[in-house]
Amino acid sequence: MTGVVRAGVVSELHRERLAYRRSRSRRSTAIALVSTVVFAALVWVAVTGSPGWPRVRQSFFDPATAWRALPAVLDGLWLNLRVLVVCEVLILVLAVGVAALRTLRGPVWFPVRALATGYVDLFRGLPLIILLYLVGFGLPGLRLTGVPNDPVVLGGIALVLTYTAYVAEVFRAGIESVHPSQVAAARSLGLGYRKTMRLVVLPQAVRRVLPALLNDFVALQKDCGLISVLGAVDAVRAAQIQQAQSFNFTPYVVAALLFVLLAIPSGRLADALSRRVADRQGAR
Amino acid sequence: MSEPVLSVRGLVKRYGERTVLDGVDLDVREHEVVVLIGSSGSGKSTLLRCVDLLEELDDGQVLLDGRDVSDPRVDADVARRAMGVVFQAFNLFPHMSVLDNVTLASRVVHGVPREQAERRARELLTRVGLAEHATAYPDRLSGGQQQRVAIARALAHEPRLLLLDEITSALDPELVGEVLALVRELAGQGRTILMATHEMGFARQVADRVCFLDGGKLVESGPPEQVLGDPVHERTRQFLRRVIDAGRL
Repeated sequence: MTGVVRAGVVSELHRERLAYRRSRSRRSTAIALVSTVVFAALVWVAVTGSPGWPRVRQSFFDPATAWRALPAVLDGLWLNLRVLVVCEVLILVLAVGVAALRTLRGPVWFPVRALATGYVDLFRGLPLIILLYLVGFGLPGLRLTGVPNDPVVLGGIALVLTYTAYVAEVFRAGIESVHPSQVAAARSLGLGYRKTMRLVVLPQAVRRVLPALLNDFVALQKDCGLISVLGAVDAVRAAQIQQAQSFNFTPYVVAALLFVLLAIPSGRLADALSRRVADRQGAR
Repeated sequence: MSEPVLSVRGLVKRYGERTVLDGVDLDVREHEVVVLIGSSGSGKSTLLRCVDLLEELDDGQVLLDGRDVSDPRVDADVARRAMGVVFQAFNLFPHMSVLDNVTLASRVVHGVPREQAERRARELLTRVGLAEHATAYPDRLSGGQQQRVAIARALAHEPRLLLLDEITSALDPELVGEVLALVRELAGQGRTILMATHEMGFARQVADRVCFLDGGKLVESGPPEQVLGDPVHERTRQFLRRVIDAGRL
């Protein structure tokens, strides 16, 4: 029998249990480590041992070509980054608006609701590449005064149109996941519809859909590379130019790695933000 | 006397710096109804959660039929099958019908064929007076009905020990009665029950033993007439005075 244990003094039994738990967790870590190393080694052997590997390595993973292409690709990436930031801000603002319109209740709002729904249906379903052509070549073709001619701006418009539709649906899911009792509580305090949305519903909705929003953000990062089809010299286009000069595909791999590097901080940011919210609200 | 169904020894539980349970010893024998009382934060719920192995202990043991289930070498999932828990907030699965809620563990954990599990579930639902709601979804039911479903769910796999965690605290006063009547019936059938409650009148009628918890320690334990009627400890007396002032005894 253990009997009563005084606070601060750990019993022999419990010490032994803690030691056992530690040894189990050490074992799990070791198994995970070994299996990861073995798997990586197998993949490495399979790829480098393949008959075509020397040829692939030369045309995709050539360090000298990579080094030569890097400045131009980085220059292009800087353009992608600027497009990304401007587009993301526009997308977030417009998407909240579209989502709010879609959640309006009552027959009075039917035309607005239908318009927002139609917008989402159209631009979510339209392949981005086709929209890029339509906006990039069709819009300037109208020769209206004030319509921009710059492929970067036109590409940005197409990105915003498509992504606003996606992100609006994410926001709408978040808004609808907030329990009606929260709206009731806010309205009971005398808050109007807009204040209820802005101060009570949206803050909770955004927190819930944060991972999905950052997911779309990373997707946008990559799709910014598609403005190259309109002739903008971004990272992808720069890599293409380099490839055309050297007949070596390594510049594409360089651009790809840079896009991946760009995506990693976003992922960590998403994790950190969700953890902070969870900590503050006392959830585990 | 035979081996107790549940034996808690020197149980310590901390959340960070705060010691919630500070060396609790408690036995529950077969067919016994033991009621835990004490103010909010005294550790009643934590004790029940520790017994069901939902929390990792910081010291001490939980023995079920003499077997130490708090040992990390023991499969907690298997040990839990001998216990049934009813929570304060019902915790029914909102995406399943009442019948599926009750049969889930039988079908998925115990491998009982659906037909047989449903026959047993319908029996239980009849006993808790909800046979006609078998296909309804939990959110369509009143709090009292939901809690009776939760009790049926906890009974579905014939647990050795029933743990009831303030099961009437989230209910409207007029719904408390139906749930307590059900617990009284279960106690009358010889179920072994460990429950936390604020219903002192109920504790007095149904309990074989009442345990008063305060500051994570088991201050006083004995027959209900003694603990509720003539407590030995000053802390127990203070607690009961406050309860009487609140009109709950």
